[in-house]
Amino acid sequence: MTRGGVGTPARTLTPVDGSADADPGGEPIGDGPDPAGGPDITAAVTHAEWHRVVATLMRQTGDLQLAEDATQDAVEAALAQWPVEGLPTNPTGWLTTVARRRAIDRLRRDQRRVDKEELRHRLEADATGAGDAPDVAALTDPDQLVDDQLRLLFLCCHPALGPEAQIALTLRAVAGLPTPAIARAFLVPEPTMAQRLVRAKRKIAVAGIPFRVPDDDLIVDRLQAVLTTVYLIFNEGYASSQGAALLHPELCDEALRLGRILRGLLPDEAEVAGLLALMCFTHARRATRVDDQGVLVLLEDQDRTRWDRALLAEGDEALRPHPLAPGSGPYRVQAEIAAVHVRAPDAAATDWRAIASLYGGLLRLTDSPVVALNHAVAVALADGPDAGLALVDELAAGGRLDGYYLVPATRADLLRRLGRLDEALGAYRTALTGAPSAPEQAFLRGRIRALEAVASTGSG
Amino acid sequence: MKYMLLIYTDWDEGPAVGSPEQQAEHEAYLTYTRDLAATGKLLAGDALQGTDVATTVSVRGGTTITTDGPFAETKEVLGGYYIIDVDDLDEAIAWAARIPGATWGKIEVRPVMDIPDM
Repeated sequence: MTRGGVGTPARTLTPVDGSADADPGGEPIGDGPDPAGGPDITAAVTHAEWHRVVATLMRQTGDLQLAEDATQDAVEAALAQWPVEGLPTNPTGWLTTVARRRAIDRLRRDQRRVDKEELRHRLEADATGAGDAPDVAALTDPDQLVDDQLRLLFLCCHPALGPEAQIALTLRAVAGLPTPAIARAFLVPEPTMAQRLVRAKRKIAVAGIPFRVPDDDLIVDRLQAVLTTVYLIFNEGYASSQGAALLHPELCDEALRLGRILRGLLPDEAEVAGLLALMCFTHARRATRVDDQGVLVLLEDQDRTRWDRALLAEGDEALRPHPLAPGSGPYRVQAEIAAVHVRAPDAAATDWRAIASLYGGLLRLTDSPVVALNHAVAVALADGPDAGLALVDELAAGGRLDGYYLVPATRADLLRRLGRLDEALGAYRTALTGAPSAPEQAFLRGRIRALEAVASTGSG
Repeated sequence: MKYMLLIYTDWDEGPAVGSPEQQAEHEAYLTYTRDLAATGKLLAGDALQGTDVATTVSVRGGTTITTDGPFAETKEVLGGYYIIDVDDLDEAIAWAARIPGATWGKIEVRPVMDIPDM
């Protein structure tokens, strides 16, 4: 029945997905029977449409599991039909219509539900075009669709759900990643991930987590929660808990896609643009973060000609309507920092004074010790290693980063620049014991070897 | 939907007995309860005496066992509750956040089970 299934979402969604997300109203993508309706393009289009269909079905049924199952049914129908008949004029409308019919079928078969008759009637009443020629305009009313997608995002990232549940739900219900793929990306057994999703959906239903856009007094916090979830997904692509290597590119792709969806839904939000730009600038450097031998490459040593020009341009374009302002939020400021880095023609030309000042601002916004460490590094490069070292030592004394290897690693680098090589060597060795991943360990070993060579030359 | 808002507080953290702060908190509870009742969403609510006067009861093998003290020795104890009927969890959270004890204790928000014929 399925060809390929959504288990193998196409990796290159750019043209179709990009245009579809820029206009949530859903411009016609195909034009009648089309050789482009092959299995690959069908998988890509259905993957891009997934969240819209789930969002609409969620509004109509109030049941996330049912909405997902019915959407899955519709995707399978598309995978069987579109490669033969070509892409429909309005894929959103096609999928939504089929999904609703399948939801009605599923309700009819479900013996346990007490509310199924009421729900079925509501669905049937909603089915303005349940015949063979669905009223696609009514099905894809742009304002309603934008609203439903936002509701779905806020639902999945509700603070009453734990961070792991928020991530899993967002990847499943919004991004449409199959449960086994999510389990693989987070290195947990499939039943564990399935259980996590079931529990989260049960809490939504039993605890009464609402499917609506939060009130004005909540929206800023709730939007931050959505952005945090998307950024966690992005960072998990780099296995942030484990190091710099890009281990799960599919998570980065999905996070970028979610960022673009959000930007399409909330074009006026500077924080949304900031997050998208931050991810674009970071991901643009993905090919240069680790060398052929698997050793971490510092930003200053990366080959800038190999950075992804398209992503850099996308980041710039996202920031353009949202200039940095005194009230800018943490993602907008982080995007600016990344922008200053990537806009420098070479490492030496980096405007460290600007970066130090931006980190200072970010520190006031977040009070994060990691940001404080980055601030110290930037100050060292702007005002000299002495100034930076004083900040690092102050931070280390505060104890909030105890055991975090980048503290001794940063100290080591500053001591090396100051010519205090013995102290630098000791600090590099301390850092090595705490470095979490192979690329970082390899990098630190290289620094230790270099200093040992200098020491033996000096003494011999 | 019905929710129970359980007010957990550590008595050591709160305003001292007889202090002006305690009087102010008492007033704040009265205002809060009045506001909540005025919306028609308040079903029940009470403050509880401390766990120092609690008695724990269990029945094993037909015998009632009565012991002095609370079921669990914890620093944060149930000091009171409200049962409210509101639209959804967001509304329940909003009312929980307005409980005076939320600023120094914690409010647990629990959906009430809907059992027919009970």
